[in-house]
Amino acid sequence: MARAVPARRKMLTTILGWGVGLTIFFPILWTFLTGFKTEAEAIASPPSFLLFDWTLSAYDAVNQRTDYLKHFWNSVVISFGSTGLGLLIAVPAAWAMAFVPAKRTKDILMWMLSTKMLPPVGVLIPIYLIFRDAGLLDTRLGLVIVLTLINLPIIVWMLFTYFREIPVDILEAARMDGAELRSEILFVLVPMAVPGIASTLLLNVILAWNEAFWTLNLTAAKAAPLTAFIASFSSPEGLFYAKLSAASTMAIAPILIVGWFSQKQLVRGLTFGAVK
Amino acid sequence: MISPAVALLLCWMLVPLGLTLYFSFLRYNLLMPGMEQWTGWTNYYFFLTDPSFWDAIRNTLTLVIGVLIITIIGGVLLALLLDQEMWGRNIVRLLVIAPFFVMPTVSALVWKNMFMNPVNGLFAQLSGLLGLEPFDFFAHAPLSSIIAIVSWQWLPFATLILLTALQSLDREQLEASEMDGAGSINRLLFIVLPHLARAITVVILIQTIFLLSIFAEILVTTNGGPGTATTNLTFLVYAQSLLQFDVGGGSAGGVIAIVLANIVAIFLMRMIGRNLDA
Amino acid sequence: MGLITLKNVSKSFDDVEVIPPLDLEIRDGEFVVFVGPSGCGKSTLLRLIAGLEDITSGRVEIDGVDVTEVPPARRRLAMVFQSYALYPHMSVRKNIAFPLRMAKLDKAEQSRRVESAAHVLNLTEYLDRRPGQLSGGQRQRVAIGRAIVREPEAFLFDEPLSNLDAALRVNMRLEISELHQSLKTTMIYVTHDQVEAMTMADKIVVLQAGVIEQVGSPLELYHNPRNLFVASFIGSPKMNFLRGDEADRHGAHTIGIRPEHIRISANEGEWKGTVGVSEHLGADTFFHVRCEELGATLTVRADGDNPLQYGDSVLLAPELAKLQRFDADGLRIT
Repeated sequence: MARAVPARRKMLTTILGWGVGLTIFFPILWTFLTGFKTEAEAIASPPSFLLFDWTLSAYDAVNQRTDYLKHFWNSVVISFGSTGLGLLIAVPAAWAMAFVPAKRTKDILMWMLSTKMLPPVGVLIPIYLIFRDAGLLDTRLGLVIVLTLINLPIIVWMLFTYFREIPVDILEAARMDGAELRSEILFVLVPMAVPGIASTLLLNVILAWNEAFWTLNLTAAKAAPLTAFIASFSSPEGLFYAKLSAASTMAIAPILIVGWFSQKQLVRGLTFGAVK
Repeated sequence: MISPAVALLLCWMLVPLGLTLYFSFLRYNLLMPGMEQWTGWTNYYFFLTDPSFWDAIRNTLTLVIGVLIITIIGGVLLALLLDQEMWGRNIVRLLVIAPFFVMPTVSALVWKNMFMNPVNGLFAQLSGLLGLEPFDFFAHAPLSSIIAIVSWQWLPFATLILLTALQSLDREQLEASEMDGAGSINRLLFIVLPHLARAITVVILIQTIFLLSIFAEILVTTNGGPGTATTNLTFLVYAQSLLQFDVGGGSAGGVIAIVLANIVAIFLMRMIGRNLDA
Repeated sequence: MGLITLKNVSKSFDDVEVIPPLDLEIRDGEFVVFVGPSGCGKSTLLRLIAGLEDITSGRVEIDGVDVTEVPPARRRLAMVFQSYALYPHMSVRKNIAFPLRMAKLDKAEQSRRVESAAHVLNLTEYLDRRPGQLSGGQRQRVAIGRAIVREPEAFLFDEPLSNLDAALRVNMRLEISELHQSLKTTMIYVTHDQVEAMTMADKIVVLQAGVIEQVGSPLELYHNPRNLFVASFIGSPKMNFLRGDEADRHGAHTIGIRPEHIRISANEGEWKGTVGVSEHLGADTFFHVRCEELGATLTVRADGDNPLQYGDSVLLAPELAKLQRFDADGLRIT
């Protein structure tokens, strides 16, 4: 039985917890706020927290100077494209591993995981050269291919850990109830697998969205997703804090929201089921 | 049904890996196409005897170990805090994990400019208000600054995993130890921390894999400098091959990076493999 | 009709033979219980009949038709699983209707049958809930409901009561027996609990290590166990066994006597003993009596109000007519 926590102690932990939480979150909050300042206000000393003239001028400036929407769209295509393609390849594989395991299944799983340990820089040059020769540099297709491959092991693993938790009993019950293979998959397996597939999708979209090694090295302008778009702010020109903040907010807001929704699956996914 | 996935990964692994290995034995510069020739171990010799290689190794290790220490200790403390009952715990949880979802280029640029900039950064302004000399983070402590930024990004990950592990601790075990006369310090030492040991190992191994390949944070803040002060192995290989166009030398570096990463990977695989049987 | 015949059926996993070839006939309308310790192969045998496991050799017939190669979906059998195996994403109504949907019955007939099954099983008010919102006993009923709606040739139960608490288990036991009386359909029931076997079965199949030790009605097994294993497995508390001199005196390697066939008193009987722990159940009292001469502790049943206490010296009088004798191979001497 849970014991009641004394109110005073709960009060203290609440204050401490919120204090720490807000401190960690502060850079994001500050970025968000600065995006609504003018460039002059963004560097004003002492800094103003909430009491400034809220303005969208930085957002306007970002959208005029650069094509935010194009990069946003690149990010969407690359992250959803690579995850979708990965799922297409991984679902049958994970299904077979979970429900028709063979002696080598475990070895194959471990080997797949080991490819994830390959440091990207170890294969940067060949991939770069192959892409250069195949005309895939700075294309969305090229990035979709690379990100599919680097996230495929995680996708297979996540699906496998979800599928493995579907009790075999239930599939057998469906068989006893007169369901042929097609009905068994359609009415029983798929509905039970959908939550797992959905959280795999979310987590991998997040990983692909924030991937910043291949996206920086294999794109220039045309196919650059938001990671590379933001990197272009690294050589400052004049006052740019408000613009940087506005662009950053636009780059992280969508995925931060997705991330908050998928936080539970995050642990399982990133530890390959080792911590639940 | 497994085979498409296996075949793809096999190609992905073997083809570039084979090429990297092959290039590492060539004299191969992108600026001098057609001049490739077999040079045996020369690239390795030059790469390994280059002082910047040892700087890179030292920086890589400092970066990995520094971030690990900060995130593990901070993560355990935060997990213990978030495990307590408090008002609005779920919201605090969301605040704490948020940095993990921020893309590396954003967090590096925001920290570098808006917080650590010696003139207009928030820290400089605050120390100005207190009458102190502002500190130029990237000039005087470049590697520590990067460690701080990366730690901020990874602290949520460690916290979240340790918190999940903490919540799987059997409450009856705690109550049993309480009946056995253990105070709260002893419960932490003898029950809670041993229970977290496995999760801590997982955090260490997974973070190590990612931390060995830190790249974007360095690229957008210091470009490896000043000098080689913030050049890690990944960045060195990148600079060698795509900035100096020395594919042979870069490839030799890549092979060395792979070997180092594999040493870590072996431990990680053992852990996860054991879990697969359980 | 639900006549199920196993002919020379065996099962091996990899190289391990878990069920050596065996024959078994289950007549239409019979309530047959497979009972045995865990790992004896009783569940495997049930799954062979269901078709969920492939048979290594031999054949299974239902109503004289060879179904060895027929997939489970077409054997017209219904199964209740130990875990209940309800579909978590479907309401109770949809769970129960699932076999009917698979059989492509029209909607009106489906809902008619679901309603009537729900009525019989007291599930009417839960029809729109999900399995996750039900108690263990209710889930059990849903699983049974899903089995009865399709009017199968036979029901298969795989330890269906082992996840319920003791009181509920007795209730469900009665409900399943009641169901059998009203449906008159063949039922095959797997359990490790000999009380369930004794109380529910028309016919008990006692299994050990994949081998059928004995087949018979509950009372046949109780009165005429074929060997030591059956004698010790059937009956609660267990039969007492004695070896050595006392067994020799009766011309046997081992003799067995049930607790209810020994009289305990202060002054009458041939075995001397000391009362140890006593278990008072109200109607009966079971004494554990230490008999130094026999080198054994015997369990003895006495009246509920027997006043004997720990440490009392007593005499035990076995009913010699009820004494059972076994030879060196464990077979009963008749």
